Amino acid sequence: MSKKLKKRIRKTEIAAVVFLLGLLIKGLEKLGMQIPYSDYIAFGFFFASYLISGIDVIKSAVLNIGHGQLFDETFLMAVASIGAFFVGSFSEAAAVMLFYQVGECFQSYAVGKSRKSITDLMNIRPDVAFVIRDGETVEVDPEEVALGETITIKPGERIPLDAVVLEGTSLIDTMALTGEPVPRRVEPGDEIISGCVNQNGVLTAKVTKNFAESTVTKILDLVENSNERKAPVESFLTKFSKIYTPFVVFTALFIAIVPSIVTGDVAKWVYTALSLLVISCPCAFLVSVPLTFFGGLGATSRAGILVKGGNYLDALGRSEIVVMDKTGTLTKGSFSVQEVILASEETAANEAAQKAQILRKAALLEQYSNHPIAVSIVTAFEAEVGQSVKAASEGTSIEAVQEVAGKGITAVLDGQKVYAGNAGLMSLQGIQIPATVQEGLKGQIGSFVHVAVESTYLGCIRIADEIKDDAKEAVKGLYDEAGIRKIVMLTGDQKDNAEIIARELGIKDYQAELLPGDKVDRVEALLQETSKKGNLIFVGDGINDAPVLARADIGFAMGGIGSDAAIEAADVVIMDDKPSKIAQAIRIARKTVAIANQNSIFAIGVKLAIMVLTILGITSMWAAILADVGVMVLCVLNAMRALKLK
Amino acid sequence: MKKTYILEDLCCPNCAAKVEKEVAKLEGVNGAKLTFLTQKLVLDVADGMEEAVEKAAIALITKLEPDVTVVAK
Repeated sequence: MSKKLKKRIRKTEIAAVVFLLGLLIKGLEKLGMQIPYSDYIAFGFFFASYLISGIDVIKSAVLNIGHGQLFDETFLMAVASIGAFFVGSFSEAAAVMLFYQVGECFQSYAVGKSRKSITDLMNIRPDVAFVIRDGETVEVDPEEVALGETITIKPGERIPLDAVVLEGTSLIDTMALTGEPVPRRVEPGDEIISGCVNQNGVLTAKVTKNFAESTVTKILDLVENSNERKAPVESFLTKFSKIYTPFVVFTALFIAIVPSIVTGDVAKWVYTALSLLVISCPCAFLVSVPLTFFGGLGATSRAGILVKGGNYLDALGRSEIVVMDKTGTLTKGSFSVQEVILASEETAANEAAQKAQILRKAALLEQYSNHPIAVSIVTAFEAEVGQSVKAASEGTSIEAVQEVAGKGITAVLDGQKVYAGNAGLMSLQGIQIPATVQEGLKGQIGSFVHVAVESTYLGCIRIADEIKDDAKEAVKGLYDEAGIRKIVMLTGDQKDNAEIIARELGIKDYQAELLPGDKVDRVEALLQETSKKGNLIFVGDGINDAPVLARADIGFAMGGIGSDAAIEAADVVIMDDKPSKIAQAIRIARKTVAIANQNSIFAIGVKLAIMVLTILGITSMWAAILADVGVMVLCVLNAMRALKLK
Repeated sequence: MKKTYILEDLCCPNCAAKVEKEVAKLEGVNGAKLTFLTQKLVLDVADGMEEAVEKAAIALITKLEPDVTVVAK
């Protein structure tokens, strides 16, 4: 809390006490107690309270008249309260100022609190970098570190710039960036991202991006600027307030003059007019609605979902169709060995040995290829035996290595001819794939590498892209919780693979074997299916799908961390690679929009109702005073719920 | 050139709108954007006018909102 706000609250408290003393005198008198000069004493208290709470407002109002700002709230409050004194409503006059101050203090406090909770959340800016220059470690501003310099990061320190680890292993806490609570393990060769916290080991790393280009700077810019893009309801209220205040003021002016002349009851109608001025301030909805979006954007950021503006939250709230890319979005996007299938049934002990043999033979051959499938076999083998394939090859003679284009590899291992490749390679060699194996592969996704020695078929290695752990839950969440009526999966992959994955995940619509350009056409077609106000979301991994991201109503980039293209092209960036965050983003957006709507309808509704009741003479100035501050407090409290959305 | 300022103790969205409107009228300011919740004022200043604009903007803001402290960022 700022010093100025503290002082203001203090003053308001004192004014409140003095005000209550005035009310007490009035109350005692009503109960029949005789107090000498009670009217004067009560007036004294009310006037004192008025001065304590209102002097600054009056000063500011006078200043504003000098600037020609007649519709300024301080001016309106000053007129309403001074007028009330003149018509003899002393307690109301004091109350106008007192409650105006209560409202202002509450508003400042609430806004300050929300602001703080969001800046704390985004408190990921690294202050210093320790860079090694001429063999010595120097502490510098991260902005002064050049590309290619070497930095060290001790445990507990924030990674200052995007870099690649040269030495050391450690656990990295990415929570502030991704919302992911499980730390990530890094070792030499791994990329580390600025803004994350190094947990337990000392790391030496080479800087790969300067500070201005680093992830932390990009994210902070994105989050800070997100509040500048307004949701339609915010813009509407800004426009509305420009009409609302003059409208109320002119109505008040009209009521003070015309009915007074007609009926002759000047005091009554001036009092009514002053009551209208009390509710003329548009602050309740002008604060609470932007505050709601501010909170909603904070809530998504906390979950590791960066939404680029309030307008996108609003659009997300009206999403109907979700189009998802397969590779990298629903699947991990990397090939890995899923299983090894043997030609014949074996005993358990034999089975493991047999499988290891097949993997070993395949790896020794595939080490000469850099095809992703070959790499995945070598990786799986190295992980299993715990040594590099080079080391494992020692002592084995590998001769006549030959790549059969589009089919596989053959070589002579220790004098035996070995084949590793697809069904085409097997038939080329006249090797039969046993019916049991063919049966087992049916309905399985992926690519198959068959392994044979001379003319004997040994078995098959199945390699596939893995479905992400939460992909199924993500689809279910979109249908059930986020209220999405249609999910479409688009992929460049083969139809068989797409069908199996779609069925596994519960996605009814999919389109396979698409070229990148086709995806734009499909999204165009699907856009026709949305209702007039409904929106289409496209979710991709941000690589190669910038045109589709731009064409969709809302573009989501997954696993955006460290990918510049994704951060630029998308409207929403999911920092980790969890597809379940899509439904979460929609859920938070829908709730945020709902709160904003509640606030605007409630604030405008109550103000208009009080206006009518006041004009009809049903309610007094007290109702206007309490309604005005009450609406503001309730709306602000409601708005602050957005901050806690999950 | 973009210049960013933080307006501490900016009291209400109405005042923010007022400040934004008035600052945008200053000579050498091509555009002004003030976000109440972040208290951030971003000015698009004509080249070579930075110092003059900063001075004029601070004077204007202090006149409009005496409680506000302007901090350059």
